Amino acid sequence: MNRRLVLCAALLTSICAIAMRAQDSPALSAKALKRHADANSSVKEDDQGEGESIFARRCSNCHNAPEGFSPRISGTVVRHMRVRANLSQHEEEALLRFFNP
Amino acid sequence: MFPPSSVLSTPLPRLLSCLGALLAVAASGNICAAQDTPLISGGVGFFSQTTGGQTLLYPTIQPLLAAPVGNHLLIESRASLFEFFSEKGAGQSGYDHSHFIGLTYLQGDIAASPHVTVVLGDYLIPFNTYNDRLTPIWISNLQDGPLIANLTFTSSGSGLGGMLSGNAIERKLFSIDYNAYYSVRSGNEQFSASHGIGGRSSLHLPQQRLELGLSYNRLLQGTRENFYGAHAWWEPKDTAFRLRSEYGRGHHAHGYWVEADYRTQAFGGLDSPIGRIEPVLRFQQTFRRDNVLSDGLPAVNTQRVDFGLDYNLPHNTRILTSYARQFSATRDVNVWETGIVYRFLFPAWKGKQP
Repeated sequence: MNRRLVLCAALLTSICAIAMRAQDSPALSAKALKRHADANSSVKEDDQGEGESIFARRCSNCHNAPEGFSPRISGTVVRHMRVRANLSQHEEEALLRFFNP
Repeated sequence: MFPPSSVLSTPLPRLLSCLGALLAVAASGNICAAQDTPLISGGVGFFSQTTGGQTLLYPTIQPLLAAPVGNHLLIESRASLFEFFSEKGAGQSGYDHSHFIGLTYLQGDIAASPHVTVVLGDYLIPFNTYNDRLTPIWISNLQDGPLIANLTFTSSGSGLGGMLSGNAIERKLFSIDYNAYYSVRSGNEQFSASHGIGGRSSLHLPQQRLELGLSYNRLLQGTRENFYGAHAWWEPKDTAFRLRSEYGRGHHAHGYWVEADYRTQAFGGLDSPIGRIEPVLRFQQTFRRDNVLSDGLPAVNTQRVDFGLDYNLPHNTRILTSYARQFSATRDVNVWETGIVYRFLFPAWKGKQP
């Protein structure tokens, strides 16, 4: 049992290390998310604010915002959220603009 | 949090071959537009749970893969890998262990029009909100799901077939979204599902930060039972307070849960040491109307209250702790839980820079 526990711990640690390494790339989307975290709710309803408002109401109402991610996957994240949060195409596009200001 | 028993014990090679095939499909398609690189996300965690003096330890990984194919198709899948170490009972020392691996869902999403997404494959059933929105370990505030989360499904939380979903009406003051699905019966260990239909519709009021929804599910096999659900979520503006609630009703049982969590911004914002603390409270009750057990609710009336205290560390890491007291006619138990979860999110491979 102890050997299995150690193996599991080693596996989890390795995955964490790989994942953290993979996230080292500069993340443009992180700026938008940081801005959201700082201002948490006083959202302006301009072009950028619309996406931020959608993010606050339809994404972070379920989960905490990640600290950032590569801009290379921002489109994929948005397409995933379209399904998970039942977004329209308009909302999807506004969210993508928010992630890539 | 635990996967349905019917999808467990799947050989790892089969699971890996499924995910490998998924990546191959993605790679062969017209993908990797500037921002559409396939992603791998998910959570890795280590949890402990002590129920009535019996301790269970379980490290777990829940990877998620999302791979766009062209401009309209997204293939996505989530899997769960658990290793359980449970204390031996009857005065014996040491632990027994077992491991489980299973696909949670595997679906293709087709953006058919601005307001319609067609989902095909093995999908999470959108009955109320917990099953399809709150089950990932990097999202849940508490380790255990609500008791009524299993109301409609005695074996699996997923359907096999098709679903239409999207945002039907979008206005400045409100919007209405919908899901409508049809599932065939399947006894496959990976894609277990019941024959049924159902749907959910939610009204969103952005000014009030309020979401109200109704759900319906009808089994088209066996007793052909109807299930009804309702949910209300409220997240007041300018706060980090969230209130979630659900009610579910079947022919033979019903129940509800209410959960609140809060993070204060008063001591330097959400990223301050104090702002990272997140107290959670959940109260729930289930009621059995007769002795017919055709659903997933407890066999006797049950009440449970959970007190949680989570801490949101930097680098997408979260510590979950909770104490629960569960009252029922059979026995009352204490449930102590602790865990740590790390959430990862990165490109599946190096794509073009946008």
